[in-house]
Amino acid sequence: MHELAITVIGPDRPGIVADVAEALADLGANLSDSTMTRLRGHFAMTLICTGPDAAAVEKALAPLSGVLSTVRVVQPEADPAGAGEPYLVSVHGADRLGIVAAVTRVVAAAGGNITDLTTRLVGPLYVLVAEVEMPAGAADELATRLAVAADELGVDVTLRRAESELL
Amino acid sequence: MTALDWKPEGDGRVLPVVTAPAPVLSSPAAEVDPTDPAIVALAADLVATMRVSPGCVGLAAPQVGVGVQVFSLDVTQHPKTATSHGTFVLCNARIVEASRWRPGREGCMSVPDLTGDVKRAGRVVVEAVLPGSGEAVRLTTDAFEARALQHEIDHCAGKLFLDRVAGAHAVYQRKTYL
Repeated sequence: MHELAITVIGPDRPGIVADVAEALADLGANLSDSTMTRLRGHFAMTLICTGPDAAAVEKALAPLSGVLSTVRVVQPEADPAGAGEPYLVSVHGADRLGIVAAVTRVVAAAGGNITDLTTRLVGPLYVLVAEVEMPAGAADELATRLAVAADELGVDVTLRRAESELL
Repeated sequence: MTALDWKPEGDGRVLPVVTAPAPVLSSPAAEVDPTDPAIVALAADLVATMRVSPGCVGLAAPQVGVGVQVFSLDVTQHPKTATSHGTFVLCNARIVEASRWRPGREGCMSVPDLTGDVKRAGRVVVEAVLPGSGEAVRLTTDAFEARALQHEIDHCAGKLFLDRVAGAHAVYQRKTYL
């Protein structure tokens, strides 16, 4: 068995996920983690699965019309390192070139690890929301640097703790 | 804050906590006779198990593998607590009023690797009976105790927070405890 990283993107239509998932299941490829979402009318899937060799998966996905896919063998995840403190970064403002580049560079420079990120452009409004793991005690410094970057970009930014309660 | 007039009988045993996908977590639990000595003992076991679990503020019987409508709760030490009724165990609890719905991210000892955004009422009225005496009680509470009560009553109905997450992007991997 191989661990496979698969990306599939195609024009959104009802049944596109079912078609891809069914093709994988028929091959004995077992889906583990995935995200699938619609991006401006394209349906994008990023999947990790265990299953047969990459060529067999490529062949199974090839007949799906209008769909672009990539398949490659990857190494299974090593034991995850101890995580930092979870934070959420929200950015919104007028669209311009380089918002994601600037914001994520600031996060990286502060030692933050982005674990999830979504952007949306709706009319003139650009929105970015990211989940970030921060080293202990580094969040105040990040908040300051993000404020500077946001000022330069002319956007609004907030950094807040992604609190969760164990029940 | 008015603590409920209830104390566990004896020290109770610390029981192993079961994790999803155990079927007992997904099945509606049975109503109980609160005066049954086995239920009185279970109540003490739930409190004992809750006490030794770091950060745990509530534990439902299905989480220790017993499919009955019994849970323990103690939010007295939590910073988000407003109203609190102390440490208590309820049987056959029902939510009879719920209002002030608010989103929040919660985790569960029975789903140790994930958290999720769940809308819960910030004010609830709960009717239940106490183990041992069988006395009927009606609790009005808010804030964190209200959220915890809804989470535990969900366990007794065979529901996990995963059944209530706010969206496809509202489940998160949880790598740190506390």
